[in-house]
Amino acid sequence: MTPRKERMTAVSILLIAVSLATFFGLRGCDNLKEYFFDPSEVVAGAVKKDQEFRLGGMVKENSFKRTAGSLDVRFIVTDFAEDVIVRYSGLLPDLFREGQGVVATGRLNDAGEFEAHTIFAKHDENYMPPEVAESLKTQHPAKTSEPRP
Amino acid sequence: MIPELGHFSLFLCLMLALTQIVCGYAGAHTGRSTWMAAVKPAAVGQFVFAVISFACLVYAFLNDDFTVQYVASNSNTALPEMYKVAAVWGGHEGSLLLWILIQSAWSFAVASASRDLPDRFASRVIATLGLVSAGFLLFILFTSNPFARLMPAAFNGRDLNPLLQDFGLAIHPPILYLGYVGFSVAFAFAIAAMLSGDVHAQWARWTRRWTTLAWLFLTIGIALGSWWAYYELGWGGWWFWDAVENASFMPWLVGTALIHSLAVTDKRGLFKSWTLLLSILAFSLSLLGTFLVRSGVLVSVHAFASDPERGRFILIFLGFMVGGALLLYSLTARKFVAQGKMQLVSRETALLVNNVLLVCATFVVLFGTLYPLINDALNMPKVSVGAQWFNTFFVPITLVLMVFLGVGMHTIWRQSNVASLKNRLKWPLLVSAVIAVAFPLLVYQRSGVLIVLGTFTALWVVLSSLTEPWLRYRRGLSLRSMPRTQVGMLVAHVGVALTVLGVTYTSAYSTQRDVALQIDAPVSIGGYEFTLTAFERVNGPNYVADQASISVTRNGKPVTELTPQKRTYLVQTMPMTESAIHPRLQRDIYVALGEPLGEGAYSFRLQIKPLVRFIWLGALVMALGGFLTLTDRRYRAVPESKASREAASAGLAS
Repeated sequence: MTPRKERMTAVSILLIAVSLATFFGLRGCDNLKEYFFDPSEVVAGAVKKDQEFRLGGMVKENSFKRTAGSLDVRFIVTDFAEDVIVRYSGLLPDLFREGQGVVATGRLNDAGEFEAHTIFAKHDENYMPPEVAESLKTQHPAKTSEPRP
Repeated sequence: MIPELGHFSLFLCLMLALTQIVCGYAGAHTGRSTWMAAVKPAAVGQFVFAVISFACLVYAFLNDDFTVQYVASNSNTALPEMYKVAAVWGGHEGSLLLWILIQSAWSFAVASASRDLPDRFASRVIATLGLVSAGFLLFILFTSNPFARLMPAAFNGRDLNPLLQDFGLAIHPPILYLGYVGFSVAFAFAIAAMLSGDVHAQWARWTRRWTTLAWLFLTIGIALGSWWAYYELGWGGWWFWDAVENASFMPWLVGTALIHSLAVTDKRGLFKSWTLLLSILAFSLSLLGTFLVRSGVLVSVHAFASDPERGRFILIFLGFMVGGALLLYSLTARKFVAQGKMQLVSRETALLVNNVLLVCATFVVLFGTLYPLINDALNMPKVSVGAQWFNTFFVPITLVLMVFLGVGMHTIWRQSNVASLKNRLKWPLLVSAVIAVAFPLLVYQRSGVLIVLGTFTALWVVLSSLTEPWLRYRRGLSLRSMPRTQVGMLVAHVGVALTVLGVTYTSAYSTQRDVALQIDAPVSIGGYEFTLTAFERVNGPNYVADQASISVTRNGKPVTELTPQKRTYLVQTMPMTESAIHPRLQRDIYVALGEPLGEGAYSFRLQIKPLVRFIWLGALVMALGGFLTLTDRRYRAVPESKASREAASAGLAS
């Protein structure tokens, strides 16, 4: 082999090795991945105990309650088939509203309620995070013909 | 009338772009100078009509012409004048027009500054730029016409997205695009080189100049975006590993690698085919970024407007450009065999390591960004990778890169002397190691592995950068005599170190708490006391806001008064957090107002963020380094040679 070829081989091997390491690293590091579930999947028991995940759906109308004077809130996330109670303490995003899409990150407590540490309400002009729209579309096509407020 | 003029100008742009392509490629291929002579005027003409078209849209915005659909969707009579201009690129169609304007501006710049390029080569470069322009012109004309009329006309506009009504966001897209689009020049130079079958030192020098310029803008553009997200999104985060951020970061990483590999091609004639590949890759990633942003295939905070139809067009265009370029590369790469050997301890090796690590980092970001798509395609459970994943892979690569960077700066071409390297670097190594261990413990009373490593690598790079000037000074040599390219390099590397320092300390020592505050009931966080003193309603030009007044004290001494707001924009009735920041080089105090909680309490997010300014300061210093490099005599060769040629022709005439 010429020195040039040798170098190229060395560099290629290095690149491939790093890519493979990244790939398997990603597949292996379960705790670095964030799973996404909708309320139906949560109720059906798809979530492992103490697993952190992202829960997405719509904030159910008239379900939002705040303990007066405190940061503690409670609301229901629904996919129009099943409901999950969410508890959260902290600032809510600007776009958080009843009847609109939300993605909460956290885990289930022993009572089966979702304890969120982060709430996202990013959405596009359809007032739905794309993942939520997707999940509603695939699972419950009949019920989501007009989910907009 | 005016909007139609703008629309028509775009057609003319397309015609001129096609002229560039046909005359450029065919002229260069057949060697007909009359055809090639048409190329530069066509590029100039394209720029002129792009300016006219853009001006027409600005005019429509400034005159509240709501018969234009795009104006009606993105503006309002109550919108302040400055944001009416910024609203031109606030939506999809207009930002595409901005892209076209900037693309043609780069073509214009290349056409005007290409007198020192051989005709055939210049023709091919400008033809390739025309090809890129044509793609985007077809895109805008067929899928996203900003001048489309609205019938019947709207009484008033739907207003600009409140998030975009901000100075940082007004200037962020143009500068970011200048960088993004600027990589098309390096791409065009690579295509032209492959078509002509020749990569020489002069080629590398030309390409280096343009790449550095584009890189400089991209650096500032990304920093502006990060800064804007920091104060405008109201979360105090400065980087989210969001798909759109990654889309701009990947070309930056590859562009950085390209600048370094161009140095090797320039000085040593090595890495030729690799440099070509990086040139293709940098621009391909810019296009990929556009696809990700505009198609809405990925979930993103930036998903303002997106449309799968448009995504398909960009995907085809991306496939055509990248596929074509890679095909050309595979056919011609074998011609670019390097002459010369590499020694293990040399600047060539150092830059090779730099390139491998930067490309690995790019792969990490690319993989993480596309992972949800791959997953989706394979029908696996919905999984996304968040900041934690990116950090786990990206941070180690960066730290290793920093360690090599400190050594690499002191290596010389061909062969470095290991003993002299050791001699030069032992003090920087020792000093930065001691400070990295001691400083966090002394100042913050706690430390960690990443903090020590971050501090160490940052100081190591700074001290290593200062070693050369220091040695010169000690020897009594003038610092002015240092080549500008070297000064620029050292400055840019100090910039990298400052950013790493900022990231390390902000990540490690930030304090954040969500609290419920009542009037005159202070809360203490990170050594500062926050007291809510007043709460009132204020009126802005196109919004009303609830405004809290918070007085911040430290050990009883007043620090500042902050007035965070919660704005409601009247047209889109969208609430928006307007955070209040007390910025200092050593720390920011960041207060965001939440909502009324009942019983006279309001929610707030209070944060102390140490050294957060260093993140953007470092980026500016990096850009300054790039700028200094461009002022080097080697790159200013253009006017000199022109002048000398003119002098020569004048001599002939007389």
